[in-house]
Amino acid sequence: MNFNIKVWRQKNAKAKGHFETYPIAGIEEDASFLEMLDILNEQLIREGKDPISFDHDCREGICGACSLYIDGRAHGPDNQVTTCQLFMRHFKDGATITVEPWRSAAFPVIKDLVVERRAFDKILQAGGFISVRTGSAQDANNILIPHDKAEESMDAAACVGCGACVATCKNGSAMLFVAARVSSLALLPQGRPEAARRAKAMVAKMDELGFGNCTNTRACELECPKGITVAHIARLNREFLKAKFSD
Amino acid sequence: MAEKLNSKIPEGPLSEKWTKRKSEIHLVSPNNKRKLDIIVVGTGLGGASAAAALGELGYNVKIFCISDSPRRAHSIAAQGGINAAKNYQNDNDSVYRLFYDTIKGGDYRSREANVYRLAEVSAAIIDQCVAQGIPFAREYGGYLANRSFGGVQVSRTFYARGQTGQQLLLGAYASLNKEIAAGTVTAYPRHEMLDLVLVNGQAKGIITRNLVTGQLERFGAHAVIIATGGYGNTYFLSTNAMNSNGSAALQCYKKGAFFANPCFAQIHPTCIPVHGDQQCKLTLMSESLRNDGRIWVPKKKEDVERLRKHEIKASQIPEEDRDYYLERRYPAFGNLVPRDVASRAAKERCDAGFGVNETGKAVFLDFADAIKRLGHKRVAERYGNLFDMYEKITASSPWEEPMMIYPAIHYTMGGIWVDYDLQTTVPGLFAIGEANFSDHGGNRLGASALMQGLADGYFIVPVTIGDYLSNKFAEPRPDVNAPEFVEAERAVQARIDKLFAVNGTETVDSIHKQLGHIMWEYVGMARDEAGLKKAIEEIKALKEKFYTSVKVPGSQFEFNQELEKALRLEDFFEIGELMARDALNREESCGGHFRVESQTEEGEAKRDDAKFMYVAAWEYKGEGKEPELHKEPLKYEFIEVKTRNYKD
Repeated sequence: MNFNIKVWRQKNAKAKGHFETYPIAGIEEDASFLEMLDILNEQLIREGKDPISFDHDCREGICGACSLYIDGRAHGPDNQVTTCQLFMRHFKDGATITVEPWRSAAFPVIKDLVVERRAFDKILQAGGFISVRTGSAQDANNILIPHDKAEESMDAAACVGCGACVATCKNGSAMLFVAARVSSLALLPQGRPEAARRAKAMVAKMDELGFGNCTNTRACELECPKGITVAHIARLNREFLKAKFSD
Repeated sequence: MAEKLNSKIPEGPLSEKWTKRKSEIHLVSPNNKRKLDIIVVGTGLGGASAAAALGELGYNVKIFCISDSPRRAHSIAAQGGINAAKNYQNDNDSVYRLFYDTIKGGDYRSREANVYRLAEVSAAIIDQCVAQGIPFAREYGGYLANRSFGGVQVSRTFYARGQTGQQLLLGAYASLNKEIAAGTVTAYPRHEMLDLVLVNGQAKGIITRNLVTGQLERFGAHAVIIATGGYGNTYFLSTNAMNSNGSAALQCYKKGAFFANPCFAQIHPTCIPVHGDQQCKLTLMSESLRNDGRIWVPKKKEDVERLRKHEIKASQIPEEDRDYYLERRYPAFGNLVPRDVASRAAKERCDAGFGVNETGKAVFLDFADAIKRLGHKRVAERYGNLFDMYEKITASSPWEEPMMIYPAIHYTMGGIWVDYDLQTTVPGLFAIGEANFSDHGGNRLGASALMQGLADGYFIVPVTIGDYLSNKFAEPRPDVNAPEFVEAERAVQARIDKLFAVNGTETVDSIHKQLGHIMWEYVGMARDEAGLKKAIEEIKALKEKFYTSVKVPGSQFEFNQELEKALRLEDFFEIGELMARDALNREESCGGHFRVESQTEEGEAKRDDAKFMYVAAWEYKGEGKEPELHKEPLKYEFIEVKTRNYKD
């Protein structure tokens, strides 16, 4: 297959970015999108040009490193996949494919398609944990958790922290990301003692770091590679309001 | 020589060794812990859990990782589960059985005392993880669920769908975040360790490259813990993440830490087969699939031919024309034989001409029986996300046709040599998780890597490091302007300058691919003397070619992924050569290491206990010089050493 790759090039955080278009030929339809970029980079290096920087690691859709905005969609045209699990068979032969980094005030560009997502770590540091000291836990089966509750908690815990929700949201809101963590822990008895503090602290940190507000457009849900639903945002809102009322 | 390799295994009965050692360890008082700095390199299960536990204890911890967030470490990709001797299934499991299975699975090449301790602390790991809020699979009564993995006859594996590694890592990462918020741990993401700094022979710091600015930076501490995983990417194609590398471990080796059993690499039987030469990464399909999936190839060559030409589908081949070769050869364990055994059996069938895809390098993993027996819903609950993942990659649905799988490099049992305290041959340098030569001998059992990473990180190194640090609190923090730090940074700078100076025409990846071909061909699933000697020569030649033809574009002082890869490839050359050298020395077959010269009439691995019941620990002797081999004899006092038998 042959393509024209129209890609965002930006030397560093301070430089002004621009698009450049590169032709690429002879791509197998079973190649992944990132393998296609690897091949394009080999080509660019041989031509004496600077290869395109992009974050990636596991290439199995679980580490959450890859973060490309492809033809106007976070992680590209396929549904419920990260960029690394997107395959070229989803594109038309001869197509021009536009590739951009996540665009959000909270995720500044480092280079080309690579962005800084440290804001996510900071939100979790504000309260996305259960304060248990290593070694002090009771026997695991002393805490009974109904099967369906565990499954629902797991649905939210599947978040890979890629940032597609933020990149997709017209307000640049991190609500789905925050909700996934708050909801996952709120559903479990272990998470209850700190539930109120957690919801308030994480929401406050999200606001402080420059993420936008949630206006319930549900775009995040559509683009989440792990299929995390806005039902978890509803639970976050309940937890948050409950915490505020009890203040 | 004996002094250099003191494993410091405590005296006394097996079940009392760890208790005894803990009671001997000197304590550091809370006010003195505040004066002590510890560097942890790597944020996977081992590194994140160690940093969190050490932070809780009150030490000052600095933790480093190459990715943009600690949460991306490759532990995240582990799918199937984590073992623990809980005996929740009442199937007569015990600490002893987990210990025994691990020793046997490792083909009697791991240390008895370490493995027993691993089994001993395994139960506390599950308690800790549940307390952290990890949503493990549950029965309808609310109790924890279990499944089985290869090489065992009990159900002791805890899991969170097919994302157990992710959930355990997010638990450790959450504890790490708790400590970062508390101010005991400082995280340095996008920092790569490029050298270890020794002062008076003790580990006192590291040199890193800031991957965003390209600056070299010096960090000092009273002790350094390496938790950077394995070196499977030496083979270019593996199930490891793209950025996983052996560089931190290799730099420690070059500074005096012995490297143990480098040739022990695990080849995982159930990976998605290679599809073409544009591929850069192989994808694992969890071993848990072997609980219900049946592995087979056709009995008849004509069926094989028709499959390859796409004239028939697998599901059209009648039952009597299928060879369920694992069930045939190993009736007692069937499809759940250990990974090394399953991998070799797949290779044997494919080499005999029964491979089921165009390349001839694939076998079937079939769920038709399981779907019939359990129903769609239960199969989906157990493996749904794995089925989806397979379908996304291959565009074929495991609900309709069997998966196609083939073995691929997955894990390295070898690593930095450590004593019972997980301290290396360099004082003050510790190695944990996959980075050490570990508890897995010649072959690791499924669901045991997660167990070892968390055992080392939560429960072992936070205790043992205290003994080393107990008399260090009066020492001032290392001065990063001391000559040792300046010299180490200068050496790293020289390495980088040398790479840019080559200015050739070949890309780093194209040379790495060539290294991968050499490794897979000669240091892969079947190894022999002639091939290994050839591998050593070819790797040397390729390395020379690298220094005359590689092109590293851009500059040092920017975000430069090609420079990162080039520096890692330099180290992969040395690791590859060391693996081949170790494989050449070990003239026996054991675990994942199969020497063609040493096999039984039935083609099973044949150990040579009289000559090779030892850990091979290699000492670096300088650039271009042959490393020196040290042997740590393995003594089995508490179990009888047998030939592994998974047949009956």
